[in-house]
Amino acid sequence: MDILSLFVVIPVLTITAILFLKDTRQVRLVSAFGMGLQLLMAALLVFLYLTARHAGNSDEMLFIRDYLWFKSLNIHYAVGVDGISVAMIALTSLVVFAGIFASWEVEFLRKEFFISLILLATGVFGFFISIDLFTMFLFYELAVIPMYLLIGIWGSGPKEYSAMKLTIMLMGGSALLLVGLLGIYFNSSPDATKLTFNILEISKVVIPLPAQRIFFPLTFLGFGVLGALFPFHTWSPDGHASAPTAVSMLHAGVLMKLGGYGAFRVAIFLMPEAAHELSWIFIILTSISVVYGAFGAIAQKDLKYINAYSSVSHCGLVLFAVLMMNQTAMNGAIIQMISHGLMTALFFALIGMLYGRTHTRLINEMGGLMKVIPFLSVCYVIAGLASLGLPGLSGFVAEMTIFVGAFQHHELFYRIVTIMAVSSIVITAVYILRVIAILLLGPTTNEHFEHLPDAKWFEKISVITLIGAVAAIGLVPFWLSTMIGTSLHPIINKILALNPF
Amino acid sequence: MINFSYTIWILILPFFMFLLLGLAGHKLFKAKLSGLLGTGGLGIITILSYITAYRYFFVTGKIEGAFQKITAVNITWLQFTDKLHIDMGVLLDPISVMMLVVITTVSLMVHIYSLGYMKGEKGFERFFSFLSLFSFSMLGLVLATNIFQMYIFWELVGVSSFLLIGFYYQKPSAVRASKKAFIVTRFADLGFLIGILILSFNTKTFDFITLTNPTGTAILQGTGIGFLGLSIMTWSMIFVFMGGVGKSAMFPFHIWLPDAMEGPTPVSALIHAATMVVAGVYLVARMFPIYAISAPVALHVVAYVGAFSSLFAAIIACTQTDIKRVLAYSTMSQIGMMMCALGVASYGGEEGLGYMASMFHLFTHAMFKALLFLGAGAIIHAVHSNYMTDMGGLRKYLPITHITFLIACLTIAGIPPFSAFFSKDEILTAAFHSNKILFGVEYAVAGLTAFYMFRLYFNIFWGKDTQYHHTPHEAPATMTIPLILLAIASLFTGFIPFNKLVTSDSKVLESGLEMMIAIPSVLIGLLGIGIAYVMYRKETSIPDRLATTFKYGYKWAYNKFYIDELYLFVTKKIIFRYIAQPVAWFDRHIVDGTMNAIATVTQVISFRIRGFQSGQLQKYAFVFITGVIMLAIFFIYLWK
Repeated sequence: MDILSLFVVIPVLTITAILFLKDTRQVRLVSAFGMGLQLLMAALLVFLYLTARHAGNSDEMLFIRDYLWFKSLNIHYAVGVDGISVAMIALTSLVVFAGIFASWEVEFLRKEFFISLILLATGVFGFFISIDLFTMFLFYELAVIPMYLLIGIWGSGPKEYSAMKLTIMLMGGSALLLVGLLGIYFNSSPDATKLTFNILEISKVVIPLPAQRIFFPLTFLGFGVLGALFPFHTWSPDGHASAPTAVSMLHAGVLMKLGGYGAFRVAIFLMPEAAHELSWIFIILTSISVVYGAFGAIAQKDLKYINAYSSVSHCGLVLFAVLMMNQTAMNGAIIQMISHGLMTALFFALIGMLYGRTHTRLINEMGGLMKVIPFLSVCYVIAGLASLGLPGLSGFVAEMTIFVGAFQHHELFYRIVTIMAVSSIVITAVYILRVIAILLLGPTTNEHFEHLPDAKWFEKISVITLIGAVAAIGLVPFWLSTMIGTSLHPIINKILALNPF
Repeated sequence: MINFSYTIWILILPFFMFLLLGLAGHKLFKAKLSGLLGTGGLGIITILSYITAYRYFFVTGKIEGAFQKITAVNITWLQFTDKLHIDMGVLLDPISVMMLVVITTVSLMVHIYSLGYMKGEKGFERFFSFLSLFSFSMLGLVLATNIFQMYIFWELVGVSSFLLIGFYYQKPSAVRASKKAFIVTRFADLGFLIGILILSFNTKTFDFITLTNPTGTAILQGTGIGFLGLSIMTWSMIFVFMGGVGKSAMFPFHIWLPDAMEGPTPVSALIHAATMVVAGVYLVARMFPIYAISAPVALHVVAYVGAFSSLFAAIIACTQTDIKRVLAYSTMSQIGMMMCALGVASYGGEEGLGYMASMFHLFTHAMFKALLFLGAGAIIHAVHSNYMTDMGGLRKYLPITHITFLIACLTIAGIPPFSAFFSKDEILTAAFHSNKILFGVEYAVAGLTAFYMFRLYFNIFWGKDTQYHHTPHEAPATMTIPLILLAIASLFTGFIPFNKLVTSDSKVLESGLEMMIAIPSVLIGLLGIGIAYVMYRKETSIPDRLATTFKYGYKWAYNKFYIDELYLFVTKKIIFRYIAQPVAWFDRHIVDGTMNAIATVTQVISFRIRGFQSGQLQKYAFVFITGVIMLAIFFIYLWK
């Protein structure tokens, strides 16, 4: 058994185990065990990966396994990882692990909840290990479907509406994506003899430019919808607001990253010529996302809406950086995905915990919580500081890498939009501090809040795991940056070969 | 070459203290012990700094007549591109070593003072952990080997300032002030960051030594290409200076500083008087060769912004009644003088006098301004009010505070032989030889300074005999000892030969007292004191009469020229109401509305056409036969 497939097998086994459980209280223990194991596996994978690289293995992808799956269309189950996917897997396992503990007190249909949650995680893990476009797409869909159930059943507020909206918009994205993927498939072989879905093989051929011009926008948009690209981001505020805590964490933390990752690994890696040609359109859209999302967040009253808009802004930065198409900016994009994944998961976890205590998410109805629940409040401040890019936490590393990288672009237009995007750091500070000031500081406004209990042990595990990761990246960014940087070489070489500037 | 690698501990130790006190402070130690731990840690750092200063200036000394820049430690922290990388390290040169001494001295005094001042406060260990965080960030800022490291610590001092201003987090005014301070400086930092981006794009380096090498190539990059008549280098340096304007509370980003006085008084002394607010001056001094050689226009901006701020703040300071706010405006005014001095200097030789004067004044200012704030803290501690209208005749109750405060007031008024006499004199001399207008402004500021400081002094310690609820009593020894030590420093730091130690090109600068400048400057100081004496020594009606005579001028100055209202208008009205809310509305109703409209249209159409799929066989047969007949007619008769 190869190590990568274990990342799919472990969740599936966990689900099977849960299915046969009688006692619903054991469900969460089994889930925590399964996902804890997954976290250990991720750590092991990082270790193995670094050892292999250190030993001088300079292959593009490591731990490759390839099984023919559907002969007539040449579909394979093919897995392999490079530094980027390893980092994303580590992120996913962290967020899922924290998510399990954040949903410790789910009462309603507990068994089904955890099954759906882990099924979602399975899809995400599968997506990151795949190097076959079809398998990748399959896992992608696998991740989207449980989302519908999770929001529709365990959500709050107008949950049916939000679940429907989210699923349909993401499905619309998938439809575009599928066309794009098939387009790539049918152009994957110059003489049309041996068509393939394998990313590594496709990357060796040059897809004809006219085809790229059609399929690049489709693929990029398809992934972009998931990455909350303006103006296809509106599923995000509604979806997050209705979703239960762990689902928000997973969704904003990991699922939205599938968009950025896919845009990078599929759209840009396989079709760099068209990406180069058309990047300006998407650069404009993403710059709008960055600034617009931040402004949108200022005026919100609901904590989850604030975070959803903040995610639009931060994820906009991911796509923005990917489109800059140079080593530093792309490196920043990947770090930003990880950093945003961690801190937004942290945010949603904390919001869930606050909601569980105060039964409101409207900031105006809360106030002065710092005195009552200091642990959670301090964590919230840390999450906020990470989000506004305080040095020493992950957000700073990611944003600065993006900004410096993007500003190295040789065309003036790109440098000017970079300055526009940079200005988001001030707007971010405004909405973060606004929330912190209203929510946590000042006198305690509501006497019902004066005896709220502080974090319980499982909540502490959830929160500390995430904060630890955020701080680790922020304090010692070089290992992550280097791990990603080396894996970017193939794509950078491809871009340089095409456009030596 | 002496090994300076131990200097890394100057950074590691306070960071460790911060983590220790912040994470485990309230569990592991009693409040008092954590205060002592923090103070002890800082004591060690202070000793290390003094040793470093001694070894740097007197053991290593000059090589070829100039102090060299020494990179003691440098570790790559984050690699961006082949040439651009953020390093973390320690750079020793005259100004960084001088700042090391300033920061650790004042910080140690403030730590000791806080042991008494903050006694019994809730969150004692939190206070000390924040102080450690601040000391760490500030030391990292001045020791930075490259501009990005400086930016990192620049942000960190910003956040420690935010945390400390908002220390009393249940007080709405403190929360507002901390938020304002953070956002205003953050906006300025945006300029700093853009400046760094432009600068590094042209020069391909962050490293200070490479950047500021006056004979290197980096300094010449981007001086030719123009945008709006100024070179790219000039633009980048103006943007970098914007960061300094924010941090150093220069006009128009000064609005956060007076409000920052909501923080505990020791914090005001440390952060908002002696150390953090001079970071902007330090930044310009650090990049000085670039300003002087490649971007003289930017340097002029520095000079005029500095001069204007110093006058502006001095005028406001004459009207305020909150003693901490008077001191805050006085800080802004003094920093404006430092900026102005830098702005009139040029690189090397005699022309570099302003640079040395600025650094000299920074040093003396740190001592006497910290003393003033700590003295103010002792007064507030005794009478439980910030307003000088509630005070009067305190000299009887607070003898030590009184004497030390008087020394500080004489120092800032520029009376010999107190330290600021020497430093201010150098600034005026530098301005006089370079730009007569700026000299005139600074000369007026010197007079105003003497006036408002003695207005404060007479109002507090003389003036009317106020009746107090509780008899005010002198502060405990932990608070008076720092006062005495700082008073001694204010007396003697003027005799430090700065012209031999800290100059623009690190070589000896021959300068002495110019009587032509020194005598008038002392005279205007005495004049200011004299006017204050007449007006405030005893309770008189002169101030009120003056205020009514110059009603509008007084009102404008009292309301700080309404800059705060302007700020509120921009943030509340423009940003919140005219940008953020419309964006939010647009998103919900237009963008999302479009998506919902698509859904609605789909639904309506499907309702319309679902009748076709009725499942009734007769209907299908009817449609089928009608179709066939119509097609038949079409093909038979119309198809030619």
